[in-house]
Amino acid sequence: MSTMEKAQVKIGLEVHCQLTNLKTKLFCGCPSDYRGKEPNTTVCPICLGIPGTLPRPNQKAVEDAIMVAEALSSQISEETVFYRKNYYYPDMSKNFQISQYDGGGGVPIAASGTISVEENGTKITVRIRRLQLEEDPARLVHLGAIDTSPYTLVDYNRAGIALLEIVTEPDLTSPKEARLLLQKLRSILEHLGVSDGSLEGAMRCDANISLAGGARTEIKNISSFKEVERALNFEIMRQRSLLARGLKTGQETRHWDETRRTTITLRTKEEEQDYRYFPEPDLTPIRIPAETIESIRRRMPELPDARKDRFVKQYGLPPSSASVLTSEKALADFFEKCTHLYSNARQICNWVTTDLLRCLHGQSIEIGESKITPANLVEMLKMIDEGVISGKIGKKILHEMVKTGSSPRDIARRHGLVRISEHEVLDKLIESVFREFPNAVRDAQTDEKAVHYLVGQLMKKTEGRADPQLANKLIRERLRSHAQQVD
Amino acid sequence: MTELYELTASEIARLIASGKATAEECVDSVIERIHAVERKVHAYITLDEEGARQKARQIDQRIKEKKPVGRLAGIVVAIKDNMCVQGTRTTCSSHMLENFIPPYDATVVERIKRADGIVIGKTNMDEFAMGTSTENSHFGPTYNPWDLTRVPGGSSGGSAAAVACGEAILALGSDTGGSVRCPASFCSIVGLKPTYGLVSRYGLIAYANSLEQIGPLAKTVEDCATLLTVIAGHDERDCTTANLGVKDYKSHLKKPILKVRVGVVKELFGEGTHEGVTKTVMRGVDTLEDITYGCEEISLPSLEYSLPAYYLIAMSEASSNLARYDGLRYGYRAPDESLEWDDTYSKTRKRGFGAEVRRRVILGSFALSAGYYDRYYVKALQVRTLVRRDFERAFSRFDVLVGPTMPLPPFKVGEKIKDPLELYMCDVDTVPVNLAGLPAISTPCGFFEGLPIGMQIIGRPFAEELILRVANAFEKSSRLEATSPPLR
Repeated sequence: MSTMEKAQVKIGLEVHCQLTNLKTKLFCGCPSDYRGKEPNTTVCPICLGIPGTLPRPNQKAVEDAIMVAEALSSQISEETVFYRKNYYYPDMSKNFQISQYDGGGGVPIAASGTISVEENGTKITVRIRRLQLEEDPARLVHLGAIDTSPYTLVDYNRAGIALLEIVTEPDLTSPKEARLLLQKLRSILEHLGVSDGSLEGAMRCDANISLAGGARTEIKNISSFKEVERALNFEIMRQRSLLARGLKTGQETRHWDETRRTTITLRTKEEEQDYRYFPEPDLTPIRIPAETIESIRRRMPELPDARKDRFVKQYGLPPSSASVLTSEKALADFFEKCTHLYSNARQICNWVTTDLLRCLHGQSIEIGESKITPANLVEMLKMIDEGVISGKIGKKILHEMVKTGSSPRDIARRHGLVRISEHEVLDKLIESVFREFPNAVRDAQTDEKAVHYLVGQLMKKTEGRADPQLANKLIRERLRSHAQQVD
Repeated sequence: MTELYELTASEIARLIASGKATAEECVDSVIERIHAVERKVHAYITLDEEGARQKARQIDQRIKEKKPVGRLAGIVVAIKDNMCVQGTRTTCSSHMLENFIPPYDATVVERIKRADGIVIGKTNMDEFAMGTSTENSHFGPTYNPWDLTRVPGGSSGGSAAAVACGEAILALGSDTGGSVRCPASFCSIVGLKPTYGLVSRYGLIAYANSLEQIGPLAKTVEDCATLLTVIAGHDERDCTTANLGVKDYKSHLKKPILKVRVGVVKELFGEGTHEGVTKTVMRGVDTLEDITYGCEEISLPSLEYSLPAYYLIAMSEASSNLARYDGLRYGYRAPDESLEWDDTYSKTRKRGFGAEVRRRVILGSFALSAGYYDRYYVKALQVRTLVRRDFERAFSRFDVLVGPTMPLPPFKVGEKIKDPLELYMCDVDTVPVNLAGLPAISTPCGFFEGLPIGMQIIGRPFAEELILRVANAFEKSSRLEATSPPLR
C-alpha cells in the first residue's frame, strides 16, 4: 500500500489470548488442557454454572496477566474489578460472562501500554488501550455449516478457560501491520511462557477498521493471522468502493466468512446488544500490591526485542535476520540450540531464516510441527563444510529433514546424494559430457564461458553431486590434454 | 409430659449426652410431630425421614462405642429449599427447579452434617426467596402455626414455621432483605442475619448475592448461637467470606450487658407502623432500658430511601443470577421445543418462573440497561453508601440499635399477595441492614392480640457475639423463652 493509502486507514485489534500454560480454569479447579478431550469431561459445577456455585479466581491467571501488562509497558491497576456481561447464548452456562468493563466504573487489570512492530526495518509503535481477564465461553459444534445444521452441540470443556483480552488503539494503518502485530504479540506471550499460540484457537481476534470519511466497522470471527490480513484487505476494498460511489459506510459489526472470503453484516449500530454490565457481586476487587508487580518484574524472562538485540551483539547477525528469528519463540530457540552445537552462527542464521522458513511456509507448518532437530541441521552444515555434500544438495536434504526428521547422513545415503569426488567416477562422467558437447569442448580452448558450460553440464548430469572444485580441475586438465592431442 | 420435639437443641444435647434419650428417639419425636401437623402448616417441600433415622442410628451407635460426636448430634435441622443438599432435590419453590438434584452440598450443609446435625428435609419458601409471606411458592403457601389463617412471613417461612411448631429443632434460612428475620418475627422464634461475609454462600442458590446471608432460626437465642457457630467462618469456595478465625458464639452469651448503649432507631417506627407493633416493641425497649446502660432515640435519615434502593439492587442482581435457568442443562424445559434457541429460552422462562420472579427479572434487566443504569442502579449504590454511613455514625454512639423487625403483625394469607407494592413495603425495617451488610437478630418481643411481634437488634460488622448476648439477656428478662404455638 502507498503511504497515501495507508494514511487513510485506521485499524485497531481486540485480541483474545488463552492463558494456555495455566493448569486450571479462571474460576474453578478444572484442568485448562481441554483440547482433544471427550466433550464435557473437563467440567465441574462451577464452570457448568450449576445453581449455588461461586467463582473462585485463579491467582496465577492474574499474575500472568500482570506479566503481559509489564511486557507491554502498561499501567497496572492497583485494584481491578470483575463485571458481569449479560447476554443469552447457548455457549454461556450462566448466560453471563465474567469479564471486565470498559465503561464508567470499570477497572481493567492494566491500561495504556505499547507494542512495537517492525515492517521492512521501520519500527511502528502501537498503543495498547487495555488488558483484561475474562472467561472463555463454551464451544458450539455444528453439523456442517451453522445455518444448515439440524442441531447445535455444546461442549463446556472450553467454558471458563482464562482469556486475556488485549485491545489496541486504532494505530495500525495496513492489514500487514495487523498481521505483524499479532505475530509480535504471540512471540511476547510465548517468551513470557503464558500462552502457546500454536494451539488451535489459543489466539483469536476481532478487528475494527475505518477509512477516512467512513464509519467504524468491527469484523468478528477471524481465526488466524493470515485471515486477519485477508479480512482487512477485503474490508478496505469493500469500504473504498462504497465511498468511491459516494455511498456511506455504516457503523456495524460484520462477520468474516473464511471460505467465501467476504464479510457479511452481523448487526448494525441500532442492533448493538446491551450487555447490562454491572460489578460481579461474587468476586471482591482484586488488589495488586506494588510488591507483587515488583516480584513479577524480577522474574520476567527475556523478551523478543531484547533477544533480538542480543542476537545482533552476541552472534553478529544482521538486525533484519535477528528480527525474523525472534518473531517466533520456537524459531529463536531452534537457532540458539544450533549455536550450541556449531560455531558459525551466521551460517545457521542464513539457513534458518531463508531455506528452513521457506520450506516450512511451503508446507504451511510451524517449526514446532516440523520434525527437524537442531542437531540434524548442524550435522548437515558440517557435511557441507566437509565437502560431503554441496549447498544445493543441502537444501534438498533440509526439505526431507523437515518432513521426516531423519538424519542428513541417512537421507544423503538413501537418496545417493553424497558428493561425487572420486577421480575415476568423475573422469568417466566428464568423458561422456565431452562426447556429447564437442562444440563446447572446441570453444572452451579459447572461451572461458564454454568451460563454465561444461562444468554446468556435468553438474546437471550428477544432479549437483559432483564436487565442484574437483570437477573444475579435472575438466581443465582434460581440456589441456585435448589441446595437446590437437596440436 | 413434654415431648422431645418441644425441647431446645441445648436440652436435647444434654439428654443425649447423659444417655436419657437417643438420637433416634429425638428424630422419631420430630417425625411424629411432622405427621401430626404438616398437613396444616405445610412447612416442607421435601422430607427425608428414612435418611434422618439412619443418620440418628449411626450417631447412637457411635455414642454407644464411646466415640466422639459433633455439636449437633441428634439435632434435627431443616434446610431452606434454596440451599444445595447433595442428592436431595432443591427446588427454590420454583417449577423451574422442581426436579433439580444438586451434585454437591452447600458449605453450610456440609458443616451441619460434619457436626452430626440431622438434615430432615427442605423447607418451603417464596420462589427464589422473592417474597415476604411464603405465598409465592409453586408448592402452595406455608401457614403460620400461631394462626393458620395467617402467613408465617417469608421468604424462609417454611423454616421458621417448622421450628415454631416442632417440625424441626433448628433451621437454616437465607436473608436477602429480611427473609430470616421476618418469619422469625411472625412465628415468634429467634432468627439471625449474620454480617455479610461471615457465612459462606457456596451452595446457596443466589437471589441477590451482594445482600444475602444464610442465617440460623431457632426457638432460643442459645440455640441460634449454636447453629451460627457451626455454619460461620471462612470458606475458600466463597471469596466474599471474611477470614477471622473460628468463634464459639455460645461461650460468651451470659456475659453482662450493663455497659451496652442502645440506640432506638426512629425511622424503624416510621409512618405505617402498626400501633400494636410500636406498643409491643416499646415495651421491649423498656426491658432493655432496665438491663443495659440505657436506651436513647437516634435518627438515621437515609433509611427512608433504603427500600427502593434495596429493590433496585436486588432485582438487578436477580435478573443476572436467574439468567442461567434456560432449560438447557438442568431444570424445567418447555416441551414444545423449537429450533430457535431464544424462542425455547423464553417459553421455558415464561412457564418455569412464577409471576413475582418474572416481575423482578424484568424490572432488574430494565434497571441495568443502557441509559437507565446510572439513573437506577448507580443511584441505588449511592443510597447504599449513605445507609452504611448513617449506621457507622450511629454506632459511634451506640453499641446496638433496636426497633421492630416488621412494621405489622402477621397478616392473613391472601391479604397482600395481590398488591406487590404493599408487600414490598413490609420489608421497610429489615432491608437497611442488608444494604449495610450488618448483623441483626429478630427475637420474640411479645404478642399483640395473640399475634407474635419481633424486635430487631442490629450490631456493628461482625458483632454477632454482642447482639446474641443482648438478645439472650432480653429473652431471659422478658420471660418469652420458648413459647410454643397452641397447635395440635
